[in-house]
Amino acid sequence: MRSCLFKVLCMGPIPTHFSFIMDGNRRYAKKMDMGEGAGHRAGFFALVSVLKYCYEVGVKYISVYAFSIDNFKRRPEEVKTIMDLILEKTEGLLEEGSIADQYGVRVYFVGNLKLLSEQVRIAAEKVMEATAHNTRCVLLICIAYTSCDEIVNSVRECCKDKMEEIEDEEGDDLVDIEKHMYMGVAPDPDILLRSSGEKRLSNYQLWQTTHCTLYSPTALWPEISLLHVVWGILKFQRSYAYFEKKKKKML
Amino acid sequence: MDSKQKVRGFSCSIHQIGNLGLQLLWSLVHLLISIGYFVVAAAAAVESYLISSGLLTRYKVLNISKLKYLAIVIESDDAVQTSKVVQLLRWLEVMGVKRMCLYDAQGVLKKSKASIVKMLDNAVLFEELDEKDLLEKPKCMALEFASMSDGKEGVVKAANLLFAKYMELGNRDGLDDEFFTEAQVGEALRAVGCKGPEPDLLLVYAPVRCHLGFPAWRTRYTEIVHMGSLKSMRLGSLTKAIYKFTRVRQNYGK
Repeated sequence: MRSCLFKVLCMGPIPTHFSFIMDGNRRYAKKMDMGEGAGHRAGFFALVSVLKYCYEVGVKYISVYAFSIDNFKRRPEEVKTIMDLILEKTEGLLEEGSIADQYGVRVYFVGNLKLLSEQVRIAAEKVMEATAHNTRCVLLICIAYTSCDEIVNSVRECCKDKMEEIEDEEGDDLVDIEKHMYMGVAPDPDILLRSSGEKRLSNYQLWQTTHCTLYSPTALWPEISLLHVVWGILKFQRSYAYFEKKKKKML
Repeated sequence: MDSKQKVRGFSCSIHQIGNLGLQLLWSLVHLLISIGYFVVAAAAAVESYLISSGLLTRYKVLNISKLKYLAIVIESDDAVQTSKVVQLLRWLEVMGVKRMCLYDAQGVLKKSKASIVKMLDNAVLFEELDEKDLLEKPKCMALEFASMSDGKEGVVKAANLLFAKYMELGNRDGLDDEFFTEAQVGEALRAVGCKGPEPDLLLVYAPVRCHLGFPAWRTRYTEIVHMGSLKSMRLGSLTKAIYKFTRVRQNYGK
């Protein structure tokens, strides 16, 4: 049934890059009368399903907002619960039969990784190294990330480059700034889905979403299903001609 | 050989018929979606009429003080319709919105800013306000006009300014990471002319819900609401969007 549905969807353009803000895990736990950490675990299962649907339909790049720099302001116990879950699932990606293995996914951890604990950072680096040879699909996990921090980092790196070429009197240009963005390893997203109906980007991929369809289904992240992914792709297909025209105008 | 070729030809035809069938199904799905959107748009038009005629009483009282700064993104091809833009601004003025930014990617609105301000009775350009005016309760409408050159290109200018400032400090031993902070980048953006505050609400008048390159630095926690195209703008829909914004509660990541 799903493969028939995907065959029909593939008659139109499929997004190259689908981005997700996984909002609503805590509200889901409250709604289902679960413990706080259980919401994030349920969110992880939803993430795995969404990744499978996207890779099966032919989306090559997927990015997810796993943890914002602003999230460090949460209660320390909650931050520890989330970091423990991230560590557990990151180590899980190294195992045989993991989703990275099954779908040939190259994994990037994108963000200010220096803000993470050594354990999580080392696990992330191991996964990036272990999956570096995968070429079928790409998963970008935005962790300790905000767009503003990304822009500041990019400006810093550009200035570092300029210091090394001090005889070169030319200033930075847009290409230099974009080259140093954390998200520079992937093309700009074509569609961004934020669950739980919230209509803001919360400091996520603000630079990259100039020509990106924004979609905010009211379902909480653990409730996100195949239907939402399909509806997102249909929305992308409806706006495809408009954005192609816009991109051509810019060139 | 002959029978193999026949089988190959037959399976090719089946494949082509199959593809045609899928293509028809795909077109049918999109046709049904378009019909659905048409019905939703008709319902929205009726609701908008009920709101603007005062029949839906809950929208009568707007807590406009919560909306400190509004941004309006308009599709550049529609931004040439200055009379529509002015009408929209007049509606906002009546609602009590005093500070706003008008954005279109190609800068069409920037070119007509003088005529837009002239057509409104009580409006000034945002850049004409000084610090004292910004802190006091606004007496007239202050309009900022922005385009893509205030977004990504603004960050490039800010980066060059920061680099020049850094070199003036005379430290050539290696980059001091502590020099480059969000505060420094924010200050550099203001110095190169990208001064406007972060809008609380961004209304998009375009075919698709997308911010079309509104300055990234300023939309961290901005609510982004799609209003449809400028030609189908309605007072009732505008009232509803602002009303819904005033009911939003943000955690800011906490």
